[in-house]
Amino acid sequence: MLRRLLLLPALRPFLLIILLLVLWDLAIRIFKIPAYLIPRPEQVVQQLFAEWPRLLTESWKTTQATLGGFALTILIGIPLAMVIAYSKLVESYVYPLLVFSQSIPKVAIAPLFVVWFGFGIFPKIISAFLLGFFPVVVSTVMGFKSVEPDMIDLARSMGASRLQTFFKFSLPQALPAIFSGLKVSITLAVVGAVVGEFVGSNSGIGYVLQVANGNFDLPLMFAALVVLSTIGVLLFVAIDLIERLMIPWHASQRQVF
Amino acid sequence: MPNQHLIEARGVTKVYQTKDGAVESLKPLDFSIREGEFISVVGPSGCGKSTLLKMVAGLLPVTAGTLELAGKPISGPQRDVGIVFQSSVLLAWRTVLDNILLQAEIRRMPKAEALAKARQLMSMAGLAGFEGKYPWQLSGGMQQRASICRALLHNPSVLLMDEPFGALDAMTRETMNLELQRIWSESKKTVLLITHSIPEAIFLSDRVMVMSERPGSIAAIYDIDLLRPRTLDMMGSPAFAVFAKKVRAHFYSQGTLDH
Ligand SMILES: Nc1ncnc2c1ncn2[C@@H]1O[C@H](COP(=O)(O)OP(=O)(O)OP(=O)(O)O)[C@@H](O)[C@H]1O
Ligand SMILES: [Mg+2]
Repeated sequence: MLRRLLLLPALRPFLLIILLLVLWDLAIRIFKIPAYLIPRPEQVVQQLFAEWPRLLTESWKTTQATLGGFALTILIGIPLAMVIAYSKLVESYVYPLLVFSQSIPKVAIAPLFVVWFGFGIFPKIISAFLLGFFPVVVSTVMGFKSVEPDMIDLARSMGASRLQTFFKFSLPQALPAIFSGLKVSITLAVVGAVVGEFVGSNSGIGYVLQVANGNFDLPLMFAALVVLSTIGVLLFVAIDLIERLMIPWHASQRQVF
Repeated sequence: MPNQHLIEARGVTKVYQTKDGAVESLKPLDFSIREGEFISVVGPSGCGKSTLLKMVAGLLPVTAGTLELAGKPISGPQRDVGIVFQSSVLLAWRTVLDNILLQAEIRRMPKAEALAKARQLMSMAGLAGFEGKYPWQLSGGMQQRASICRALLHNPSVLLMDEPFGALDAMTRETMNLELQRIWSESKKTVLLITHSIPEAIFLSDRVMVMSERPGSIAAIYDIDLLRPRTLDMMGSPAFAVFAKKVRAHFYSQGTLDH
């Protein structure tokens, strides 16, 4: 019975977490690592409970910025990728620039957004968008470009219009690639939002992290990190769920036992 | 007028433009296909059979020469044509039945009629009971049969098939050959069939077109004047063997054989 429970696939990551926590605790005890370098797990948990209300409100702000940036990613990234995939001309103009822009470190230019957009949520959204949108563009372009030529021939032989070809043939074919981009993007968007909060904000988990860092409050810092990762995981799982609903036919979703 | 030329090719060539330069795929071809005729094309791999079929289908422009269907140059996909592609190209997100009905959907055929026709075709192809399955739940041969059903759904008068039975086992293949002969003789379609099987070509065709190695050209065209309807037993007859020997000789003299 217990064995069965331990083998449950959904439980496996949690088992690993417990194991890592134990190792963490043991390492601190064995190597006598002082608390100002790494806090003990129980201190982190204590701080997590003590600061829970604050962490909750701040994480909601970070989530809002993340989702805002992610929405921009979808609204701008996917149509842009479609144009790039369908037009060689646009591709030759835009794609190199996109790659170039991607190699600019966002952390370095994030302070500029504060100068331009002030201290509100907007610079955070921009930062989340900038970090998250490249993977979506790349994988969407790939998705649309890898539609089999035979598939397009089939559509043409049936006399399908451009719209029909797009919605009935190309888009479904590209969806798995788009989703793989979206999954990478959502976790990066969380990072982007936090970067935005680092440089110019008085709210959000990024701000909490910075304050905790300034106060040498390591347990709070670690607690904030735990919350942050949880946000990332939950958003990722949400995208994954939507993916399962939208493309149950795809090879990665097939459940064969 | 069953003897009128429906498809007419004069000096048709195909050169693919690729990154590494021009690839000559077909040397000038001259041939004509009568209305209601069953013609097969055999030839070594890469000699341009699929290329030829796609040009007849209007999916690929000819490089030079003229290619006409019913007296008009083929300049794009034709409405009255059904195509079975070399790969089955079924949409993974649609069930088998929905894949077949896609043809009706895009062509805006009446729904109920299309559904009845689809079910009838599926049972003919031995796919009854698989309507709700997805393509990946089918064997390669079943997928190919589903794509044949799709090509027949709108009852086209011209049927272009690119190795439709390549993935089938010998027994199913013979059954499908008989079915195809029946469909053809009942509906008087004009059929262009590409195949790697010499017996299949002879069994089904009025004429067999033999192509030479790349760049492809027509090596010979044989009139198969065996009586119809043909039975599987006829495959063992001396007359059949004579044709098979003639066609096969082309490949041995070229030093290649596909199957
Ligand atoms: N899109 C393409 N671009 C460039 N070359 C091509 C293209 N399609 C086919 N070819 C070339 O044209 C030649 C004929 O190809 P085709 O697919 O018509 O051969 P085939 O006779 O159908 O072969 P098989 O029996 O293997 O299916 C091949 O040598 C191939 O390399
Ligand atoms: Mg071919």
